Amino acid sequence: MLEVCDLNTHYGKVQALWDISLEVNEGEIVALVGSNGAGKTTLVNTISGLVKPSSGSVSFLDKRINGLPAHVIVELGISYVPQGGKVFPEMTVRENMEMGAYPIRAWKQKDATFEQVYRIFPRLKEREKQLARTLSGGEHQMLAIGRALMSKPMLCIFDEPSYGLAPLLVKEMFQTIQNLKEQGITIFLIEQNVRRSLEIADRAYVLENGRVCLQGDCVELLQSDHVRKAYMGL
Amino acid sequence: MFVLEGQGVTKYFGGLAAVSDVDFHVDQGEIVGLIGPNGAGKTTLFGLISAALVPNSGTIRFKGENITGLRPHQICKKGLARTFQSVKVFSDMPVINNVVLGVHFGTSERVKAAQAANEADRLLEFVGLSGRAMVPAKDLTLVNQKLLEVARALATKPEVLLLDEIMAGLNSTEITQAMELVSKIRAQGITIFMIEHVMKAIMSVCDRIMVLDHGKKIAEGTPQEIATSKMVVEVYLGE
Repeated sequence: MLEVCDLNTHYGKVQALWDISLEVNEGEIVALVGSNGAGKTTLVNTISGLVKPSSGSVSFLDKRINGLPAHVIVELGISYVPQGGKVFPEMTVRENMEMGAYPIRAWKQKDATFEQVYRIFPRLKEREKQLARTLSGGEHQMLAIGRALMSKPMLCIFDEPSYGLAPLLVKEMFQTIQNLKEQGITIFLIEQNVRRSLEIADRAYVLENGRVCLQGDCVELLQSDHVRKAYMGL
Repeated sequence: MFVLEGQGVTKYFGGLAAVSDVDFHVDQGEIVGLIGPNGAGKTTLFGLISAALVPNSGTIRFKGENITGLRPHQICKKGLARTFQSVKVFSDMPVINNVVLGVHFGTSERVKAAQAANEADRLLEFVGLSGRAMVPAKDLTLVNQKLLEVARALATKPEVLLLDEIMAGLNSTEITQAMELVSKIRAQGITIFMIEHVMKAIMSVCDRIMVLDHGKKIAEGTPQEIATSKMVVEVYLGE
């Protein structure tokens, strides 16, 4: 479904990603693991069109998407939950979600999607009319996910969905991601909770210093000494 | 005498009591954890202590002095600094200048530029950002921006430091490093009041933990007491 091929990305003169190749198949949960500064966010920013690669390609459903503006990529069916939420602070919760529904395909079914998102996060329904800036940190995160779902994505990219969430909600978050998979949404997941994400994902890539250094089946990676030592504190 | 103390602290946002009649205290040299579900009022309480927000009622004392109603910069100069959950670094300013600004902001005295720069260098090294001194703060990863906030807050020479979720977004190995950083800060004699959702960290670094839910204090105790409190497990930790 998503194919990244020999991708290189620079910030000015600094190279952040080196020859990244990876793929996400339809119906999978694929996790991306790496330390702070490894290039995870840069990679998903490149996939979602927020950062332009210096070479290499990104394809979605066999169509080349690198070089397309971010909003077109969303319309093609990729949505992105950025780290820290990045909601529109001066809009209400409902307006933020409507912003997610702007692709025509999604707009037509937005009433049903609202219902669906409110079922997942009843807190958003309660806060529907509040300005997003009055939400707590964890509620921001729920809103960012809700907004992403409003665009009816085929592939949803999560950059640290559990960021700032209380333990109880972290558990629910992982459950939510699994439910989304069951509803047919393909997931590309960046998450610092490495154990939990490898438990729910099918495959994973490990990124170090801007390069893919390990990849494979999650069951195997969970056994890998390197992964356990570097990312799970074991 | 407590270094930081609040009595009946209450804050309304419209009709919603974000913080409701909360009493709290922090002893000199303690590390106190503040936990609770999302939206419980934790960050609001930090906002009230640091005077970013004004309480509707209640008093907050710092070293016995009533600081309710003072301005944020006055509170900072008295020795109470904070970091922000949603980072508030000066994005276009080089990393080092963010910290230099903290040095000047924390004191009414004149500090020579070279001296401030030295101090900032030392603090960047302390938090592990010395290699990034000259880049604009916005080019740091979110996690590093939080460390920069810690350095900037330390630059104001606080006696009490409020840390708002500095460990969000870290993996287990990085959390261990962040815990060492917190212990190192305390070892310098700085009292710490911290919001964190990372239980492994909260349980092992904190001397005492306070739990908020719907704006009210629902529990307080040692990490052991909190981890086994039925109410806390129910509203916060989950089974």
